[in-house]
Amino acid sequence: MKRIVIVSAGLSVPSSTRLLADLLGEATEGAIRARGAEVSVEYVELRPLAHALADHLLTGFPAGELSTALEAVRAADGLIVVTPVFSASYSGLFKTFFDVLDQGAIDGTPVLIAATAGTPRHSLVLEHALRPLFSYLRAVVVPTGVFAASSDFGAVAGSAGAGADTIGKRVERAAAELAVLVTASGGGGAAHDPHGHGSSRRVEDEFDNPTPFEELLRGARGDSIR
Amino acid sequence: MQIGIFTVGDVTTDPTTGRTPTEQERIRATVEIAKKAEDIGLDVFATGEHHNPPFIASAPTTTLAYIGAQTERIILSTATTLITTTDPVLIAENYAKLQHLTGGRVDLMMGRGNTGPVYPWFGKDIRQGINLAVENYALLHRLWREDVIDWEGRFRTPLQGYTATPRPLDGVPPFVWHGSIRSPEIAEQAAYYGDGFFHNHIFWPASHTAQMVSLYRRRYEHYGHGKAEEAIVGLGGQFFMRKNSQDAWNEFRPYFDNAPVYGHGPSLEDFTEATPLTVGSPQQVLERTLSFQEYAGHYQRQLFLVDHAGLPLKTVLEQLDLLGEILPDLRKGFAEGRPANIPDAPTHASLVSAAGGGHDSTVYAEGDSATGTSDRAPEDPDVERILEGEL
Repeated sequence: MKRIVIVSAGLSVPSSTRLLADLLGEATEGAIRARGAEVSVEYVELRPLAHALADHLLTGFPAGELSTALEAVRAADGLIVVTPVFSASYSGLFKTFFDVLDQGAIDGTPVLIAATAGTPRHSLVLEHALRPLFSYLRAVVVPTGVFAASSDFGAVAGSAGAGADTIGKRVERAAAELAVLVTASGGGGAAHDPHGHGSSRRVEDEFDNPTPFEELLRGARGDSIR
Repeated sequence: MQIGIFTVGDVTTDPTTGRTPTEQERIRATVEIAKKAEDIGLDVFATGEHHNPPFIASAPTTTLAYIGAQTERIILSTATTLITTTDPVLIAENYAKLQHLTGGRVDLMMGRGNTGPVYPWFGKDIRQGINLAVENYALLHRLWREDVIDWEGRFRTPLQGYTATPRPLDGVPPFVWHGSIRSPEIAEQAAYYGDGFFHNHIFWPASHTAQMVSLYRRRYEHYGHGKAEEAIVGLGGQFFMRKNSQDAWNEFRPYFDNAPVYGHGPSLEDFTEATPLTVGSPQQVLERTLSFQEYAGHYQRQLFLVDHAGLPLKTVLEQLDLLGEILPDLRKGFAEGRPANIPDAPTHASLVSAAGGGHDSTVYAEGDSATGTSDRAPEDPDVERILEGEL
């Protein structure tokens, strides 16, 4: 079972961000099934977590639902992340969620990046803001990002007059790319290190199988940083 | 079971009056609080350590020695001693001296410190926090156990033929606890040495405590110091109580809402649910405290934070009076169902007894560095004669 988690940072209800998230979710589900794998899709809406995120910044630990959401992202086989564009970048709420994610939580996890805005002039936000963020988090970002301006949704609804590169096409292409990465991996999310990238030990590993003290003592003398 | 209080000595504005105590007032209040702790029958007073405003918790051994001179019985401890940025040689000297002055009423809790700028102020790098804690403590451990040491490490200038003075009282070093919220390496360190492990158990969910204590217990057994359930565990805790529970909530709320660390964040209701903070009647504090054993097992030391966030001295002393009233029930509750093999926290007396009695540990030396005789190699035949008292 491949676990897809969709993080959506829309604020209004209904939001165009959630609308795009739904399109990407359905397309990804179909693309993974088409490759013969089972798939589950779950949504993490950030709006109801806004207070908990602010509290986390102040206290350093996640409360209740936020804790569940962070764990879902950590355990995902693939992520779809969708943010509205605020002041030429991802929204503060969206960024805060990834700010409080534990280090290494999405190492090697395939991610599809997507954004919405009122005008197509923001379309490069995917390349200028989202892609570097997820590269920093050591996720594997699929080549196609999906940007939707308000006018794109018109093209979806009344597809009669839409050109060759409709949002539907881009959604399909991005979903197919994500499906390839997700089904190629062993599954089980970052904890299982699907791509073998994460050679660094995670906090959880230390609790299950602590580094023996003699090794810590030797390490302290070397050039390791702990 | 040892029950006590710990403080970081924050100088915080009282949000209900807008008044901020002076350093002098806060330092004096700390001494009052410590003396009161002994009066109501508590076992431990711990303080430390910060090196920046708004705290008065620097120079902990000065404070502890002053308190030690005005008390008879209470154990003086730290919360915490910064093993990362403090020279282990100075720690060895200061706390051995404190042992001698207070008749052994001393132990320490090691911590790394989470204030980034403190590290460079003391010539260190916070990214080396764990390595500093590991190497510095390894040196401190030897300084208290070997009369003359040669040592070379990564973070400190080498020592050749060095003797830390005074030697530990009765030849027995102070007991050491290691404190950490989330770093498994520190639980491992405490287990390796057979030292105590303390979880601050305030401001954080109890799940962190359970995870760290469980690792420490497992590794304590692994290193052959005893069974996991016999490991030496201490927990922090935080309460505010009044006879009438609603009075406690009303009175504490403005202090909570404006507190350093967590203020202006979660509601008091959310925070008391998410962390061990208990606000309510003495009975509620008693019950919540006794429930800590459910995830920490039978443990040896319980310290409470009672004097932060701008609470006035008068209120803090009232809180201690209320703690004194439930103290007998707390002790009774902790003793209930406690298996006979669960040890008490080590004290100077128990450590001396375990060592087969105390002995004079003075290193008698005939000269000083000016005479050139103090730079001794351990294999120097004179060293043994000096140790035997022949020279």
